[in-house]
Amino acid sequence: MKFSALSVFTQGLGGNQGWPEQWRSPEPKSAYDAIIVGAGGHGLATAYYMAKEHGMRNIAVLEKGWLGGGNTGRNTTIVRSNYLWEESEGIYEHAMKLWAGLAHELNYNVMYSPRGVMMLAHNIHDVQVFKRHVHANRLAGIDNEWLTAEQAKDFCPLLNIEKNIRYPVIGASLQRRGGTARHDAVAWGYARGADRLGVDIIQNCEVTGIRRDASGAVSGVETSKGFIATRRIGVVVAGNTSVVMAMAGVRMPLESYPLQALVSEPVKPMMPCVVMSNTVHAYMSQSDKGEMVIGAGTDAYTSYSQTGGLHIATHTLDAICELFPAVRRLRMLRSWGGIVDVTPDRSPIIGTTPVPGLFVNCGWGTGGFKATPGSGHVFADLVARGEPNAIAAPFTMDRFRTGRLIDEAAAAAVAH
Amino acid sequence: MLLIHCPYCEMDRPELEFRYGGEAHIARPADPMATSDETWAEHLYFRSNPRGLHAERWRHISGCGRFFNCLRDTVSDRIVTTYKAGEARPEIDRGAA
Repeated sequence: MKFSALSVFTQGLGGNQGWPEQWRSPEPKSAYDAIIVGAGGHGLATAYYMAKEHGMRNIAVLEKGWLGGGNTGRNTTIVRSNYLWEESEGIYEHAMKLWAGLAHELNYNVMYSPRGVMMLAHNIHDVQVFKRHVHANRLAGIDNEWLTAEQAKDFCPLLNIEKNIRYPVIGASLQRRGGTARHDAVAWGYARGADRLGVDIIQNCEVTGIRRDASGAVSGVETSKGFIATRRIGVVVAGNTSVVMAMAGVRMPLESYPLQALVSEPVKPMMPCVVMSNTVHAYMSQSDKGEMVIGAGTDAYTSYSQTGGLHIATHTLDAICELFPAVRRLRMLRSWGGIVDVTPDRSPIIGTTPVPGLFVNCGWGTGGFKATPGSGHVFADLVARGEPNAIAAPFTMDRFRTGRLIDEAAAAAVAH
Repeated sequence: MLLIHCPYCEMDRPELEFRYGGEAHIARPADPMATSDETWAEHLYFRSNPRGLHAERWRHISGCGRFFNCLRDTVSDRIVTTYKAGEARPEIDRGAA
């Protein structure tokens, strides 16, 4: 059922009891043209664009838990495209352009709110790095501007720009089109859109093995619901990528770390934008429910525990209290962790693998949410056509052999 | 926060005294000039990243300053054992952890 003013009105008359399920819960068929492993935002977007733009309707998305229950439901919902290198600008800006029309495209309110993302500079090095980003972005036609500390405070009145704190704010870069979106709605919107195009979304179906034929090409997946035959597999499983790829004998240049976030008790609207600081490692925005959404860092060591050390979160709260004294008395309601897969150059891997028919989209590290539409769009193209398009091409795994790395450590240094 | 046993100081100390050093037992190619790009990539970037027992390096940076190795279960974060640098990885299966 399409969402419209009329359908909301008529369903309202019936006490909102007549809404159908947003997607089916089918049993898996014995074979599909393609299988996407992982029903997070990226995987569901991949399936949606494969069905919509490449006409592949006989496909399935397999999910070991519930859809959107991994990092899609655990991130801090920040959207921006102010990365340094042209390759990154290409894919993150591709996503940014899709964000702008996504609610309309999906007929689902993803609550994309371009309220501005401000990144704080606390020392000369920060100033130099951020100004370099500003200039690089503007050359690429991406909005990004430099603000003085006073201008930063005008944009975000909560911000403390006094000189008497440990790391005073001496400037900021601002991407006005950056902002937030409702993370769950992105997964739900893509799931609903893909389902309507005939994609089978199969939850509680864990992939336990990848079967290959005599030539080495993939022939199907072993799952907790039995064997499913397919000649194309797209792996989009974030923190578990190394584990799933090992089922096909492929080693990955990845390490998985716990990344934490936390939210405060809800308060009236007081935080008008997203503020991030790499140097003191803190970032904060306010959800539409009124909670302060705060991102902490990764733990020092690799882990699959989906939790993190308390000292990591308290370290971030120390910084938040200095930057935003007004929130000092707020109590934190919840904290949680997700497992992020980090590449050596902090850029994603989107590409073919040494195994014919096996494709991988991973390595989004601490900042994959912002790329969800663009990532799904180019990965759908890759799985459907078998070769990467111009946007995806630089992100091959082969770059670790050739040395053509895409070093975004500065843009991604804060876990975001 | 982990409680880590330093095999040199022979004490259990909080994680904050230590610095993580990545996967253990990765040997630098002995003859760099004769090493292929593939081998260099493997050495520099590819990691086992297991869901289970992981052999990793830690450095007691605020203590004795020495590197040592550690076997930890990456699902429970429980440390199975720590051992001195240069010693072979103890043969412990995950069931024993």
